[in-house]
Amino acid sequence: MSGGGVRHLYVHLPFCATRCGYCDFVTLVGRTGEHGAYVDALLRELALERDALADPLDTIFLGGGTPTFTEPAALERVLASLPAAAEVTIEANPETVHEGLTPVLARNGVNRVSIGAQTFNTALLDVLDRRARPEDVRRAVHVLRDAGFENISLDLIYGIPGQTAPDLERDLEQALELAPDHLSCYELEAKPGTRFTHAHGEELGRQADAMEGYFELVVETLVDAGYRWYETANFCRPGRESRHNLAYWLGRDYVGIGIGAVSTVGARRWRNAPKLRPYVDALASGRTPPREDEPLDPATKARERLMLALRLDEPVPLQAVGSAIDPAGLARAERLGLAERRGGGLALTRRGRFLGGAVTAEILA
Amino acid sequence: MSLDLIRNFSIVAHIDHGKSTLADRILEVTQTLSGREMREQVLDSMDLERERGITIKAQAVRVAWKGHQLNLIDTPGHVDFTYEVSRALQACEGALLVVDAAQGIQAQTLANAYLAIENNLEIVPVVNKIDLPQSNPEGSAADVADLVGEEPDRVLRISAKTGEGVEDVLDAIVERIPAPEGDPAAPPRALVFDSSYDQYRGVVAFVRMVDGAFRPREGLRAMAQGTRFEAEELGFFSPVRSPMETLSAGEVGYVITGLKDVSRLRVGDTLTSEVRPASKPLPGYKEVKPTVFAGLFPTDSDEYPELRDALERLKLNDASLFYEPETSQALGFGFRCGFLGLLHMEIVRERLEREFDLDLLVTAPNVAYRVETKAGEEVEVHNPAEFPREVERVEEPYIRATTIVPKDYVGAVMELNNGRRGRFHHMEYLSEERVMLAFDLPLAEIVYDYYDQLKSRTKGYASFDYDVTGFGEGELVRVDILLAGDPVDALSLIVHRDTAYARGRELVDRLREEIPRQMFDVPVQAAIGSRVIARETIKAKRKDVLAKCYGGDITRKRKLLERQKKGKKRMKQVGAVEVPQEAFLAVLNLSGERR
Repeated sequence: MSGGGVRHLYVHLPFCATRCGYCDFVTLVGRTGEHGAYVDALLRELALERDALADPLDTIFLGGGTPTFTEPAALERVLASLPAAAEVTIEANPETVHEGLTPVLARNGVNRVSIGAQTFNTALLDVLDRRARPEDVRRAVHVLRDAGFENISLDLIYGIPGQTAPDLERDLEQALELAPDHLSCYELEAKPGTRFTHAHGEELGRQADAMEGYFELVVETLVDAGYRWYETANFCRPGRESRHNLAYWLGRDYVGIGIGAVSTVGARRWRNAPKLRPYVDALASGRTPPREDEPLDPATKARERLMLALRLDEPVPLQAVGSAIDPAGLARAERLGLAERRGGGLALTRRGRFLGGAVTAEILA
Repeated sequence: MSLDLIRNFSIVAHIDHGKSTLADRILEVTQTLSGREMREQVLDSMDLERERGITIKAQAVRVAWKGHQLNLIDTPGHVDFTYEVSRALQACEGALLVVDAAQGIQAQTLANAYLAIENNLEIVPVVNKIDLPQSNPEGSAADVADLVGEEPDRVLRISAKTGEGVEDVLDAIVERIPAPEGDPAAPPRALVFDSSYDQYRGVVAFVRMVDGAFRPREGLRAMAQGTRFEAEELGFFSPVRSPMETLSAGEVGYVITGLKDVSRLRVGDTLTSEVRPASKPLPGYKEVKPTVFAGLFPTDSDEYPELRDALERLKLNDASLFYEPETSQALGFGFRCGFLGLLHMEIVRERLEREFDLDLLVTAPNVAYRVETKAGEEVEVHNPAEFPREVERVEEPYIRATTIVPKDYVGAVMELNNGRRGRFHHMEYLSEERVMLAFDLPLAEIVYDYYDQLKSRTKGYASFDYDVTGFGEGELVRVDILLAGDPVDALSLIVHRDTAYARGRELVDRLREEIPRQMFDVPVQAAIGSRVIARETIKAKRKDVLAKCYGGDITRKRKLLERQKKGKKRMKQVGAVEVPQEAFLAVLNLSGERR
């Protein structure tokens, strides 16, 4: 063991084959010719941050974009250069998972794959501009299982224009048939002003009205199927939490590299600028990439700690968040049966978790 | 100046019939103001007055015409200020009754004509706006002649706008209006018909000298109120203040009192000399009491001190404005204010919002109730939240409402008034086409959505006026609105038993629409005492989460939550229920006069 104290690393691989209408991540479509140069820059940034990182790391998460869309040689160079870590997750679109990919992942220490399934309904996949078909999801899971991957997560989205509650039930059913180790279920967030929102305006309103029913359906179905609702939007089989994401929710330090990536270390948070060219150029000439800094005072840290911790099913120790709590607000939330103290810690009740945002706002000083 | 050469007159008219334009023209024709100084409607100095075409404060200007001194006393033109109008008229010997040649006699023409007649004034009827193509000077002249008992050919036909006939008006004032009577040698008596507040010199009283004379530095006393002060300066308006060495019988002018509070010098009081006091005051003084009440609360509770200061400053100039601190559980700290009427309330509210830049929540206006409790106690209640839940007997103020409409709308007005607990009094054809209807109505019935109803049912043709006539017994109940079992004090209403259900239902429905879903079920109820008359439930929301949150967007999500928290802090808290300001606004608008 050596190095600094940061035990969690995020690596941003922004490239995608196409852009999905609803997506608001930092992504770049195509540009396969630039993958190599980007990876060069990424590895230079990793070298810059190396001193801050523990070795071995606890977790690494490769997110995107579509990390598995990255040109294979470039992808392997990234993976091969990463420090060792107990959990290494990569995000993948179903159509990018094939027999050629799995050995690359396996021999470079990737041991967790998060597949962006979103829905098993062909028409709804089209609404989302997703390329993969439902059979691609099933095939991807089988390919990964066959290659020995034992920690597979599926992403689902609900509230898609045109979706009905029975549609969602079928999605959940088909996802469960694949016996994933972990599920992330998100409501579709349509950002105002986007083409997607413009195209589906009225229908998005109807979906918003249905959203609370969907959320209950998701939680009930997955909990009934034996999954643990360990975070607002995340479910796992026992012991299969995303350790990387848990690190965020527990307020641990992390370093993020790549365009748009965010790092939080101690009292400092910084975000890399989202543009490719300035990022590559700066690192090519040995400079840190353009960044936006955000100092975090202890009060802000405490508020974040509380806000993140209340997303989890396990209580947060009161002494860690005490200064961020409004006692009157907490008392109200407790009286309404939305929050409770358990073993020296604070957690939301089951009903409180469905209203997590409002209850957190209530409790926050 | 000899009394024979003095004429004191006012101009009375319905809104927009040209009173102010005629006043301006008189100043111009008599060269009281040069063209450069001439400003449109000089006498109406407040923006609000000019915009609404009404006068709130009386003014008095002295002009010279063919060797005579003419004093024009401009009067407030609205029913809310009837008492002020009557005092201003008492200061005159004559009045120009101005009627729009196109619109003819309107409700306030009548009200003002009757007031002038009651004060024994010589009325000079004037038909204005004869330049308008759609005008009917002959018809209007015949009607107005009939109204005041004059020959139609004695009615002056003018256009204040073009100036045509204005000199004839001035001649008529000299010829027809009697010179003031009074005893220059008697102990001095002066009628206070208005006052204003000068921030450097204190209260300025507008007076009509009836007997005797005042001199600067003389010790004076207000006979009804007993207030004593020294006349710091005397003079007349031309239209700016012009100091004089003496103000004597028959003249109109001002007295600078140095008093720091307008409420110490009431309109209608009589000023006399300390050293040579009159034995009897002039008749007609009474203390005016507010008739309409409402709670005023700052939208932002931090603005309470600003609201308090603003009311204090308004009060300096408006002795009839009444206010006292009020605390509402729902709306926080504010004031319960009393007004002379709805227009007065509107004016105060608009001045607070415009001149003092305040955002206000105004509760549904109510009237003053005389309540006899079960215990036999008599109390006057100005605030529904203080209305006893158990009462033996309640009396409420009544008005005599005068409405003038084209004859086709008589049915519509009857129907409206009958639905408002009105009692028909009498009806009169003013001409073949136009009918005057007199009804007795509870004042409370015109406070709620009456003007709009009248306007829409008569397609805008009705003109309306009223006088408060006294108190009458009513079957009134207090309706409380409860959220999750807690009463919302600011929304309590006093209504007639027959309309309680409908009003309660309306409020409950509106609140259900306006209050966002909470983290628990919220019953919304309207109740009379412990009896619930309407009920709805705002169902608890079942989901309120930030969908996802990872390392890249913690800052943004934190800010979202902080904003949500701030939003909660801005909410008004009723028991456990968070009510957004907008909900109160929507509901209070519903229960107030729709504008």
